[in-house]
Amino acid sequence: MYERGWQRYGILALFLGPSLVGLTIFTLLPIGASLGLSFTDWDLLTPAQFVGGRNYVQMLGDAEFWRTLRNTVTFLVGYVPLVLTAGLLIAVLLNSALPFRGVFRTMYFVPVVTSWVAVALVWKWLFNPAYGLINSALGSLGISGPAWLFDPNWAMAAVILTSVWKDTGFIMVIMLAGLQGIPREYYEAASIDGATRPQGLWHITIPLLAPTLIFCLSISLIGAFQVFDQVYVMTEGGPAGATMVLVERVVANAFSYSRMGYASAMSWVLFVLIFVVTIFFYRLRKWQA
Amino acid sequence: MSLPIGVPRGEVAPSPDLAPRQPARRVPWRIILLVAVALVGGLLMVTPFVWAIATSIKPRGALLALPPQLIPSEPTIGPYLEVIRRFPFMRVFGNSVLVALTTTAGQLVICSMAGYAFARFQFRARNALFTLYIATLMVPFAVVITPLFIIVTRLGWGDTYAGLIIPGMFSAFGTFFMRQFFLSIPKELEEAATIDGAGTLGTFARIVLPIAGPALATLAVLSFMGSWNSFLWPLLIINDRDLMTLPLALSTLQGMYPGQTQWNIVMAGTVLATVPTILVFLFAQRWVIEGVAGSGVKG
Repeated sequence: MYERGWQRYGILALFLGPSLVGLTIFTLLPIGASLGLSFTDWDLLTPAQFVGGRNYVQMLGDAEFWRTLRNTVTFLVGYVPLVLTAGLLIAVLLNSALPFRGVFRTMYFVPVVTSWVAVALVWKWLFNPAYGLINSALGSLGISGPAWLFDPNWAMAAVILTSVWKDTGFIMVIMLAGLQGIPREYYEAASIDGATRPQGLWHITIPLLAPTLIFCLSISLIGAFQVFDQVYVMTEGGPAGATMVLVERVVANAFSYSRMGYASAMSWVLFVLIFVVTIFFYRLRKWQA
Repeated sequence: MSLPIGVPRGEVAPSPDLAPRQPARRVPWRIILLVAVALVGGLLMVTPFVWAIATSIKPRGALLALPPQLIPSEPTIGPYLEVIRRFPFMRVFGNSVLVALTTTAGQLVICSMAGYAFARFQFRARNALFTLYIATLMVPFAVVITPLFIIVTRLGWGDTYAGLIIPGMFSAFGTFFMRQFFLSIPKELEEAATIDGAGTLGTFARIVLPIAGPALATLAVLSFMGSWNSFLWPLLIINDRDLMTLPLALSTLQGMYPGQTQWNIVMAGTVLATVPTILVFLFAQRWVIEGVAGSGVKG
């Protein structure tokens, strides 16, 4: 900045002002307000009442909250390993000298750019127990498919599969970028030493790709904690609460039951979980470097 | 497969008993196998789209056919006419275009200017302020959403374009992203411009922004995709059907028919909403994939 005197402030205000005002009103203020609200009872109609930590205490004794937390973890435990494995395998496949690589990459990536609502609707129909493609395909193999989204034991599995299908291409392109940073010479040197292809994958690709793998692990974990769109469209938390997840319950508590305080408290629990994960991976990266 | 890795094809040292064989003529089984695997995976990715299209051109009765037909025996455009008749489709599409374009334009201007300030200006509390920006990236949207809804409705922006667009124009990520880019370009050009008498604003507009093309394109792609596919925020802030964006309008299609959802009509809406997205993606593929791979952001 080369202006002098008061002009400096003018330029600074011009460049930074809009961003700062917007961020304050639409992000910083809501974050503070949300923390404040989490210590109140507020139904939007009557004035908010300060209740101290009651919402948090109530949460500890709320079976629905624990169920929600368990469902979120179930989603995460199913989704994260599957999407990372699928993304890695496809990235390795497309990183080799394969004809039509570009076409395949496009095929795998199209679900990433498609809106979640569209994807969720299509999969809801695919999973239709009676007339859907999936159960009829299973039927032709002699397997009687479950009722999927209508079965509390299978609904989460269906949501997980749908999510893996949509996000595999996302993980794939990040892993591909990482793979392209590994010099070919390493593999040549290893092959001269008599290493096989799987050995090369295990001893060269995985270690050298570690930073990328950790990055993908962290963003998929953080994303999984916040799963919402697909659940809302496919099941709305059902059947019988089998797919209730944190963000979905925050939205339901705030906007369906008008329990603003309780919803805010729940969102802060989510924040703490994500914060812990973020700090863990931040430390891991520092330790690695 | 235990072929030595990295050895160019045709250079495998022939063992004595195989000597007469010509390595160059060998069938490339490995490549065929890999293509087959990639193809199976690719078909898994494409089948849901095919199923959606197939369903969207079926008459209602054919939905209940067993086994389901991937190629409808009596294709019809009825479901598409029905979607357009029952739904202000062009209006909704226009809303999505308007909201995504203005959000993106706003983000480009606001984030690039703020990013430039963080990269080049010296001012008190700069680092503290920047840390604050970074810290907000960790906060999940679910934390913000309740107070944000109240603030935006108190501003009188419930059920308005302003409510859809303005909160999305201020991105801490975008600011961070542009700052990183500006830090990566050499200062000399800007200093030369200053010696020639250009002010900060002139230097920024004429020297810096033109170099920032690729970064701006990446941010534009991510911002556009994020806004175009955004669901939760429009769901909360919009009730008026004339202001709905595509994902929101689509989500209401399945509830429009009490009792049994008419899947051919829902799928027709889904196809109509998805085809433009895919066309734009195919056109801008390089930018989209580079942007997503480089940032780890889905938009």
